[in-house]
Amino acid sequence: MLMTGLLTLFITSSCKRNLVLTPNDQLTSVQVFSTPAGYTQAMAKVYGSFALTGNSGGAGSGDIAGIDEGTSDFFRLFWNCQELTTDEAVITYGDPGVQDLHNMAWGAGNAISQGLYYRAMYQITLCNNFIQQSTPALLASRGIAGADATNIGYYAAEARFLRAYQYWVLMDLFGNPPFITETTEIGTVIPPQTTRAALFTYIESELKAIDPLLPAPNKNQYGRADEGAVWALLARMYLNAQVYTGTAHYTDAITYSKKVIGAGYGLIPKFTNLMLADDNLNSIPGGGAIGEFILTINYDGLKTQGYGGSQYLTHAPVGGSMPVTKFGISGGYSGSRTTANIIALFPTPPTTDATNFPNNNNPDTRAQFWYPGQNLVINSLTAFTDGLGVTKFRNVTSAGVAGQDPTFCDVDLPIFRLPEQYLIYAESVLRGGSGGDAVTALSYINLIRTRAYGGSLAGNITAGQLTTQFILDERARELFWEGFRRTDLIRYGLFTSGTYVWPFKGGVKAGTSVPDYRNLFPIPSLDLSANPNLHQNTGY
Amino acid sequence: MKQYLLICAFLMLSGISFAQTSSITGKVVDETNQPLPGAIVTVKGTQKNAPTDANGNYRLTGVSNGTVTLQVNFIGYQLLEKTVNVTGSAVANFTMVPQNTDLNEVVVIGYGTALKKDLTGSISTVTAKDFNTGVSTTPEQLIQGKVAGVSITTNGGAPGAGSTIRIRGGASINGLSSPLIVIDGVPLSNDGIAGAANPLDLINPNDIETFSILKDASAAAIYGNRGSNGVIIITTKKGQSGKARIDFSTQVSASALPKEAPILTAAQFRAYVTANDNSATKQYIALLGNANTDWQKQIYQTAVSTDNNLSVSGTAGKLPYRVSVGYTDQDGILKTSSLERYSSNINLSPSLFTDHLKINFNFIGSQVKQRFADGGAIGGANSFDPTQPVYSGNSNFGGFYEYLDPTATDGLKALAPINPLGRLMENNNRSTVYRAITSLALDYKFHFFPDLHAIVNVSYDGSNGQGYDIIPAYAASQFPGSADANKVNQTGNNSKYKTVVGNTTLEGDLSYSHEFKSIKSKVTALVGYSEQDFSSTTNNYVSYFANGELKPLSVPNYPTSIAQHDLSSVYGRVTFGYDDKYLLSGSMRSDVSTRFAPGIRTGNFPAASAAWVISREDFLKGNTTLSNLKLRVGYGVTGNEGGIGNYDFLSDYSLSNASAQYQLGNTFYQAYRPGAFYFGRTWEQSATTNAAVDFGFLNDRITGSLDFYTQTTSKLLATIPQPAGSNFGNTITGNVGNMTEKGIELNINAKLIDRKDLSWNVGLNATLARNKITNLSLIPNPNFPGLKVGGISGGIGQTIQIDQIGYPKNTFYTQQAVYGANGKPLDGVFVDKNKDGIINDSDLNLGQSPDAQEYFGINSDVTYKKWNFGFVARASLGNYLYNNLASSTGIQRNFINPQGIVFNGSNAVLTSGLTGNGQNDVLSDYYVQNASFFRMDNMHIGYNIGKVFKNRATLRVSANVQNVFTITNYTGVDPEQFGGVDNNQYPRPRTYSFGLNLSL
Repeated sequence: MLMTGLLTLFITSSCKRNLVLTPNDQLTSVQVFSTPAGYTQAMAKVYGSFALTGNSGGAGSGDIAGIDEGTSDFFRLFWNCQELTTDEAVITYGDPGVQDLHNMAWGAGNAISQGLYYRAMYQITLCNNFIQQSTPALLASRGIAGADATNIGYYAAEARFLRAYQYWVLMDLFGNPPFITETTEIGTVIPPQTTRAALFTYIESELKAIDPLLPAPNKNQYGRADEGAVWALLARMYLNAQVYTGTAHYTDAITYSKKVIGAGYGLIPKFTNLMLADDNLNSIPGGGAIGEFILTINYDGLKTQGYGGSQYLTHAPVGGSMPVTKFGISGGYSGSRTTANIIALFPTPPTTDATNFPNNNNPDTRAQFWYPGQNLVINSLTAFTDGLGVTKFRNVTSAGVAGQDPTFCDVDLPIFRLPEQYLIYAESVLRGGSGGDAVTALSYINLIRTRAYGGSLAGNITAGQLTTQFILDERARELFWEGFRRTDLIRYGLFTSGTYVWPFKGGVKAGTSVPDYRNLFPIPSLDLSANPNLHQNTGY
Repeated sequence: MKQYLLICAFLMLSGISFAQTSSITGKVVDETNQPLPGAIVTVKGTQKNAPTDANGNYRLTGVSNGTVTLQVNFIGYQLLEKTVNVTGSAVANFTMVPQNTDLNEVVVIGYGTALKKDLTGSISTVTAKDFNTGVSTTPEQLIQGKVAGVSITTNGGAPGAGSTIRIRGGASINGLSSPLIVIDGVPLSNDGIAGAANPLDLINPNDIETFSILKDASAAAIYGNRGSNGVIIITTKKGQSGKARIDFSTQVSASALPKEAPILTAAQFRAYVTANDNSATKQYIALLGNANTDWQKQIYQTAVSTDNNLSVSGTAGKLPYRVSVGYTDQDGILKTSSLERYSSNINLSPSLFTDHLKINFNFIGSQVKQRFADGGAIGGANSFDPTQPVYSGNSNFGGFYEYLDPTATDGLKALAPINPLGRLMENNNRSTVYRAITSLALDYKFHFFPDLHAIVNVSYDGSNGQGYDIIPAYAASQFPGSADANKVNQTGNNSKYKTVVGNTTLEGDLSYSHEFKSIKSKVTALVGYSEQDFSSTTNNYVSYFANGELKPLSVPNYPTSIAQHDLSSVYGRVTFGYDDKYLLSGSMRSDVSTRFAPGIRTGNFPAASAAWVISREDFLKGNTTLSNLKLRVGYGVTGNEGGIGNYDFLSDYSLSNASAQYQLGNTFYQAYRPGAFYFGRTWEQSATTNAAVDFGFLNDRITGSLDFYTQTTSKLLATIPQPAGSNFGNTITGNVGNMTEKGIELNINAKLIDRKDLSWNVGLNATLARNKITNLSLIPNPNFPGLKVGGISGGIGQTIQIDQIGYPKNTFYTQQAVYGANGKPLDGVFVDKNKDGIINDSDLNLGQSPDAQEYFGINSDVTYKKWNFGFVARASLGNYLYNNLASSTGIQRNFINPQGIVFNGSNAVLTSGLTGNGQNDVLSDYYVQNASFFRMDNMHIGYNIGKVFKNRATLRVSANVQNVFTITNYTGVDPEQFGGVDNNQYPRPRTYSFGLNLSL
């Protein structure tokens, strides 16, 4: 009897050889991609990896390993690399790699640039996966047709757009990243390395290919990419083409910025309402839902929680004597400030006390800075009181009501907004692009400045004042802390050179030049060790 | 033989000298009634003696009439005495009892038992009589410091806190490194139990009879893909033969904080802030209060605990039984932490069919009720301003003094520490955990073939852990709060948790054992099958605010999460012994684990070992100086499947929770995230070679063993980077890499004094261990940057250690500090290793290892008449520790905080003077300190009162001190921290206890 028992056991054992136990609280890809709703929820992750750091609000189930989850937010990483490396921002934090950014001392193991690299490649991988799952043949085989199939078709094109956007990020910051698309099954190929120029061509062709596949400007849902986003990215890329490829594309930049400018967007009346908790409702008078945002990263204090993006931009700059209630937050993190170089680009405000929040009644309303208790001169990067406070991003509504949650943030952040396109148009005209004209360029700049001066023409400039240097300064005023400064300074040849310095550029209080190889970030040494196809950027 | 002749000659001489008096004759036999030739019978107090002949007979002549005492002496047997009345002639027979040398001990091995003298593998045993005394709430503390190669580091001093157990260092980097624990034949799962600080808490240490530790692969390979980290087999006490014996023990103890963390006193703090506030408005000085609060005194207490155990053991009719109940009530030294355990153990071991069927039924049941203190109070007490009072005098925030900010919505200063005592008192986190381990083993000896046994073992290990965490709305820790469903901001917490675990084991094996006396050979064989199913169901509950409003974001996606895993295995073992001199053993196990993809889920784990008992060779036989000498060699392959997920070979999509949705249009969607996958993952594999010598000197008064081992782990479970773009995660725990471990272990036990009224036993063990990572990438890469590990506080996401090829795991990875002429580190100055003019991550240096290079245990026990005194001490050499309290708080920037707050912190600031302003400061090797230590773990004294209650009972009283003292140069609170980062661990208390043992 015992022998029979043992025999039975051996038979059960052989069954275990193929038994697949599955988790009760997860789904397979076949299950997820079996319904239109499943596609939408998968797409929510493709878009969501802009604003979410993981699968739990706040932190707890991060997408990216090897970095603090809050720090691993896309825009926070992008902002750190684009702003902390420049005259626009300094920070007190001692988090890994953060101080190396402003000191221009980062190495190939820098946690921040590595984090951005992995975050961008992560979103690209999600896009590749989504595109693979969304072929018309697969949709048909899954019984998805009609309006659902059309919508998923848009999703697939949007995934291609998001992939192109992240490849632009990698092209701009890392130059020569690994390159992989939906044409290979995930996990079967070790990605080969591409070059900056080849990537430029790829992104350009991708964007042009999906242009007809996407809804017209302002015709897609809020938070989803449309043709406006495609044109805006093309315009931005063409403006910087000289840096990326060695060949200028100013005419193309004019072409695409004009398309955006002509698409119906307009400047909202009040600059200081741009980065607020209800900024998703900003619109132009009579424009319905249309405003100046072309594509946004959507945050929500309750439903889209994280320690990056606008949460970071509304908490990190608040400290010292800054009034937390005016920021709609429970407390600031005493981190980021700006330098005297930026302050010098604005008129001197009539007051610098705490009374006229957020911009001290500065005629240029964009000068949203905090003076009390702060020193204009930076002696120490890690002393919060050195450098001026920034009041541009606030988790309060335009009516002054605090956001939904005291810790997390409701402010949506624009990836593209209209004034950038005005500035691209003007700069491209000045740099010799054709298809545009100086008069229109001046009028666009003065549109920006009239809005900045609260509707007054006092800030308008003349044709003679419109120079490329003016454009650079105007970009710093208009697009301050929105993630443009490093790219702009590189385009102007000022990022590494000694011609233009700022406090602690190159780790020296007075500022100094650094080697030109720092115009690119290094390929993270961790990925170099994992991917034998990769070679390090020159200099690192 | 020589000795024999000599004795005969001596006897003849003595026979001549005393010719005319009485004689005594008799026979000396051994425990099996076989005659013992060559035993010496002596008349006590005289030179008169006689040996036994080949038939065990002796004859003593010339003995004076009257009462004499005879002594019989034979190597390997206990000295026997008998009083004889001699009148002319007398007869005195003796039955000798073997000496309790551990060679005759029965040792529990994997799936069976063996005599210690027959062992070929590296197995250490510790039995109840050698257990550490004093307060042990958790079983492994009984053997801390007792076994070479086994390091047991308690995870702090919280009641019931477990220990980190490493046998030979542990084989893995990111896989499991803890040994497999088998209780009464039930291999336990490594999954935790909700609400239990440590699953072993649920086992009452008083019910344990022996620990058997299988250290090398030749012993552990029978446990296959769970054997790589060694195996600890725990056997509980069984019923004894004879009438009921009742044992009652009770113990009461008091625990106290042995040493406060070295932070500034209120006076030092005041002076420091006053001297260093360089702000224009002297804002920091303005913050100082008038109180003098020692926050550590506020949060710690002297904790009183009791432990009571009652057991009844005996044989009722033909049923041997043992029933025990235990009750432990332990308070922690950190206020609000406590543990209460009710436990019972029932063992029935009847034999039927004239001993052909042996049944062993075992039940371990327990309930543990625990309250967990908010550990954040420990760091809070170190950083809260000591010039502020404990209570504010008003009722806000529960009456506790807090840092306020009138401009903040909630009135609290952001990022300021909160009152540590308030944090403790306002947090009510309690759990109740039940666990039952039931096993039934049937051992049938075939009637027609008694050498063959069939054994069936069925067991169930079930637990139910649940608890709640309630914090009132006014508690400072709960601000700023969050919105309820009506968008009204709420605070406080009321949440609960529950996990139910049910693991079943079904095993059957056939075992054969026969001694072929004609050819002096012993053969055993075993073949078995084991099936284990593991299941753990976690309930996902919603949480509420203190006022009962639902926390909208806590609504779970799934009401439960179920983790399941099956393991089915076939195993076998053959041993062969010739003349008790040459021993061979071979074993094999084949495991099928559902944690791996079909097709690659079967693993085979072979082992072989041999031993040569040199002392049984003719040239050493009878040598009392070198009484035992045995050489052992073994080789085996073991696996490790622990520490990884159950389903990772599948690419599964998990739904984001309610607070991680994304807005498309006007709708928020919960997102499906594809998980990183690793189809090809398999078990980690270790090959171990062990060579050892067991020895006994001076008639085995000194015994010991010396082991040398090398373990090579391949298919290392290491968390390695994935090529970006090739997976849904940038790292994956895959089978990449190799690691080697080498070590030497020495165990010595000596009976320094062995007299009737005075005995002194000393045990010493020493371990030398080294580990080295030899590869960490798929394609060997000399530029591998290493994997950063060892998170520290003082910079979010900052790490201080690295796993790097060519170095021990968790090697410190630091910036090299530069020192000034005064011997102090220069502020923010580090060595520019690559000389590129900047200090960044390229200048980090691989430094020391947190693991001890050598560690030692020593224990001593002296018995004098009814007294006994003993101690257990450990030493650890070459273990380094990163002093995170000093690095994150012992800097000016902490005290004069840029956030406009004053924090207290480590008094290291007074010696170093560092500001902490630079990003690299926290990575300075200045904070990595040699934490070698000598710790007196335990000193105890006992007195055996003897018969009480009209001779019906015996009583023993004892007193004990644990964690008596520690000698170290380390400047932090405690040099013993597993992992190498010292940051606000729950301190180990010093415990004084008094106990009574009563036996009826």
